[in-house]
Amino acid sequence: MATGTASIEPAPIRADELVQGTSLWKDAWFRLRKNHVALFGLYTFCTIALLCLVVPFFTGYTYEQTEISLKASAPMEPIFLRTEARKAGEPKKSFIALSNLEDEFLEKSQSDRKAIVAKIAEGEVYQEGRNTYQRSSQRHVFGTDPLGRDLLTRVLVGGRISLAVGFAATLVSVCIGVLWGATAGFAGGKIDTVMMRFADILYALPFTVIVILLMVMFGRNFILLFVAIGAVEWLNMARIVRGQIISLKNQEFIEAAISLGLPSHRILFRHLIPNVIGSIIIYATLTVPNVMLLEAVLSFLGLGVQPPLSSWGVLIDEGSRTMETSIWLLVCPAIFFSLTLFCLNFLGDGLRDALDPKASKD
Amino acid sequence: MIKVIVGRLLQLIPVLGIILTLTFFMSKVVPGGPFSAERQATPEVIAKLNAYYGLDRPLWEQYLTYLGNVVRFNFGPSYTYQSESVNEVIARAFPISLQIGTLAFCIALIIGVTAGVVAAANKNKLWDYFPMSLSMLGICLPTFVLGPILALVFGLVLKLAPVSGWYGLNYVPFHPMIMPAVTLGLFYAAYIARLTRGGMLDILSQDFIRTARAKGVPDHEILLKHALRGGLLPVVAFLGPAFAGLISGSFVVEKVFNVPGLGQEFIKSVFNRDYPLILGTVAFFGTLIVLFNLVSDIVQALLDPKSRK
Repeated sequence: MATGTASIEPAPIRADELVQGTSLWKDAWFRLRKNHVALFGLYTFCTIALLCLVVPFFTGYTYEQTEISLKASAPMEPIFLRTEARKAGEPKKSFIALSNLEDEFLEKSQSDRKAIVAKIAEGEVYQEGRNTYQRSSQRHVFGTDPLGRDLLTRVLVGGRISLAVGFAATLVSVCIGVLWGATAGFAGGKIDTVMMRFADILYALPFTVIVILLMVMFGRNFILLFVAIGAVEWLNMARIVRGQIISLKNQEFIEAAISLGLPSHRILFRHLIPNVIGSIIIYATLTVPNVMLLEAVLSFLGLGVQPPLSSWGVLIDEGSRTMETSIWLLVCPAIFFSLTLFCLNFLGDGLRDALDPKASKD
Repeated sequence: MIKVIVGRLLQLIPVLGIILTLTFFMSKVVPGGPFSAERQATPEVIAKLNAYYGLDRPLWEQYLTYLGNVVRFNFGPSYTYQSESVNEVIARAFPISLQIGTLAFCIALIIGVTAGVVAAANKNKLWDYFPMSLSMLGICLPTFVLGPILALVFGLVLKLAPVSGWYGLNYVPFHPMIMPAVTLGLFYAAYIARLTRGGMLDILSQDFIRTARAKGVPDHEILLKHALRGGLLPVVAFLGPAFAGLISGSFVVEKVFNVPGLGQEFIKSVFNRDYPLILGTVAFFGTLIVLFNLVSDIVQALLDPKSRK
């Protein structure tokens, strides 16, 4: 064979004829930059993450600092200072929201109460027995929760937890799920059967029992949260990846790769997984909200964040219970949660398009 | 094909065996017993109860007795419902969850697939972003928020349906089953919509679609006849466990609407340490998972000629 082709001289290649190849990532970034909605999602998401990281240092409140007399005050509601003079020592200071100010003068008639509150609200200093009432410069942008804690600080600090849990647990579930599903689908036969039935077993095991068991054995540990969530969240990913790999592995380009003698791991990582990256990204962006909500369920069971610390899921859960009286306790964390999910999904769709190896390179 | 199906059904036996064994020992390791919460009971009474249910015997003996009963489809008596066996509790609660779950499944499938197909056909245009954003509502508002909101709107403001409870199948015009089903369905619709869009776009960029276009096949035919088959693959893989989960009941939704379904029974059994009921519901759920994953694998093979070989 070698002697037969030796007579054909290959034409010399000129340097300027060579096309500079671009890497997958460079290519993807180039395509992502043209997708304005995805970019908008990326920037908004980064802004939210930055807000959660930085702003709690500047709100002037901490997430655990309670102000019982304030109760649940609405966003930007005027707040008044009550100074109670004492016979000995410092006077006692406490804060009261406008909506609760009338309750301070319950022994007076309805009209008197209204008049007094109106006076104080205008900025007058009002004296009643040992108590002095005056307007305070305090502001709670998102209002406060029933214990008088600043909701803005709580939402942002909770965001740190939610984002950390969401991403770490999703990363874990993506890694396990993709490897498991791809291996099962590519190997096929008995290996596939055993691996997928193992996933079925994990799926059917009662999650609550596992969580209680983990808690009993290891105590309340934050890392266990990732173990518990990671153990259940990869199962669907594995099923989806496996289904796609089975569909792809009989196609010509894989047959070509096999006949070229490529090792299995190279076929898997270089040729099969890049072709299912679309489904992987889409399911990963769907896993993030699921993980964040699962964290709220786990926190309810006692694993996960413990009060006074909070997370978006826990805040939304608490807020949904006081929906009729103080709707902002639900709306504020829900807006952050929803905005993050919208951004992630548009970003995920953009990434899917950008990383699609089948898309034309234009 | 039949050989494959029979083979998969036979795998159910070892799978269920492992699930039951793991759950049996896990639930026994978890502290607390079924009668420890009843404070009024004296130690003698608890000892009698334990002896009656065989809980005083060594663990391996309990385990073997239990397996022996399971083989005869006897899952034992429920500790919480003293007049009912586990089989009876499941037979009572499952039909309720099944009805809600099936309706929710249909809602999720119709909304999800429609939104996904419309979005994929109009990639990166207004009609892509609009249905996709709308379908996100089901995830952005978790079931424990969406449920009360729906109850508020349809139950208290529009007065179309009772806010909670279960009324069987003969309640017209606005059946109370609709609200829990919509709550559940919207959540799954979000998943289905996103998976459909992604799957469709994967297929639409393939060569055989270009061939079909070049041959002059109309757009809607390419979309529904050629692309949808392959585009639904990731959806179908997701739907197997999703359907099993839907019809075995969601604890949160059943709690919000006060529906006496299987999801509530299961959570109650875990908190009451009602061992036979825990094991019974887990075995039931495991069977559903294996069955519907089998159905989902068969549908995947039917949809995709390339995976059959």
